Amino acid sequence: MCLGIPGRIVKIDDHAKKLATVDVSGIKRQVNIACIVNEDHPVNSCVGDWVLVHVGFAMSRIDEKEAALTLQVLLELGEAQAEIEAMRRTGKQ
Amino acid sequence: MKYVDEFRDREKAAVLMTEIDALAARIPRPSGLPLQIMEVCGGHTHSIFRYGLEGMLPKSIELVHGPGCPVCVLPMGRVDDCVAIAERPEVIFTTFGDAMRVPGSRRSLLQAKAEGADVRMVYSPMDALGIARNNPGREVVFFGLGFETTMPSTALTILQARAEGLNNFSVFCNHITIVPTIKAILDSADLHLDGFLGPGHVSMVIGTRPYEFIASFYKKPMVVAGFEPLDILQSLWMVLRQIEEGRAEIENQYARIVPRDGNAQALEAVGKVYELREFFEWRGLGSIDHSGVKIREAYAQHDAEKRFALPNVTIADPKSCQCGEVLKGVIKPWQCKVFGTACTPETPLGALMVSSEGACAAYYQYGGVRRRLEVL
Ligand code: SF4
Repeated sequence: MCLGIPGRIVKIDDHAKKLATVDVSGIKRQVNIACIVNEDHPVNSCVGDWVLVHVGFAMSRIDEKEAALTLQVLLELGEAQAEIEAMRRTGKQ
Repeated sequence: MKYVDEFRDREKAAVLMTEIDALAARIPRPSGLPLQIMEVCGGHTHSIFRYGLEGMLPKSIELVHGPGCPVCVLPMGRVDDCVAIAERPEVIFTTFGDAMRVPGSRRSLLQAKAEGADVRMVYSPMDALGIARNNPGREVVFFGLGFETTMPSTALTILQARAEGLNNFSVFCNHITIVPTIKAILDSADLHLDGFLGPGHVSMVIGTRPYEFIASFYKKPMVVAGFEPLDILQSLWMVLRQIEEGRAEIENQYARIVPRDGNAQALEAVGKVYELREFFEWRGLGSIDHSGVKIREAYAQHDAEKRFALPNVTIADPKSCQCGEVLKGVIKPWQCKVFGTACTPETPLGALMVSSEGACAAYYQYGGVRRRLEVL
């Protein structure tokens, strides 16, 4: 719940609601991106961003290298599996 | 140093350990007691046990495990409130998986589900909102839980429910806030901490400014830390260096994620939806002023506390449990009388044995039992 997991925004689903699809280790999941958009970084510019996803919300932008390393550590910690499983179960809405 | 083999950068870990040893040896300890550094966040507790960091540190340093596991600090009465809501026939009760097995005084949510209550595990509050959208005839309640890390997500979900007019969606808000809690710990007579590892993802939302009183008023060092073993070792080293140099500052080891001012959009949503409660009851820590938030009157439609009559009674923990002492860092998990015997992850008596961020579960899972046997 608190660790978060890195994923990459692959598509904007709903501009007004600020919903996008992220790819987390091959699992696609819809997330809310309201916390990472602002005037300097509008919804349209988010595709391709690497983000830290907490409970279905992108909370922070991270660089790609950082994302890969964090994911690797989470896999080692056994945390990523649980997150990914929870994402898979709920799937794309 | 068995676990060092698993580190991403073994050499760096070894260098840090040597530096930590040397620093710890140089810091005078007139009382003879170890330096006590508290990691506030449950995520850190988990990493510390997972990588066996505690066992690698010199005896002159003791890590005190703080109250930063939101599931663990929920008092039993709150779990009972959840069960009471979940048992109403019109309700679909949605929750993060972590909270399913936390014992209430009568039953856990998982047991309520087994007995017919409609309790559903969700990954995100957005999933709960989706359930509300698809079940207009039912009341969908989401169990809002966590520190500032998850607070914005629940707030944004409530704003979305409002925008869509989904009046059958409400949140049972149990969000808590970290700063008053740290203050309560600093004011506690039981504890004499020398420094803090600050929470990483709470700080991603609130930034580092809210901690400044810890340095300026209480004169204690804090380093906001990432979650990887190297992050934790480096942060510990930074805390020790501050102690040696007689400094008390808020430093940020996790600057790659944590901006000084936090996340403006997240804070805006939080400010819109919540206001501080006068006090919030914590398991083990008692009542702490302004340590929880509730949903503002403007969003009363989405506030489960307002929509359902709740028993809301205070229930004492079972006598054999020492969760409170463990939460405050006064005793170690393995010093609890029922640790590993009556209380195990399969048959938890306390929440600290349920959540993966709970100190007892972490001890149990990663060598805690071994450690206890050594002591016996
Ligand atoms: S062992 Fe069980 S009862 Fe004892 S402190 Fe831990 S969770 Fe609480």
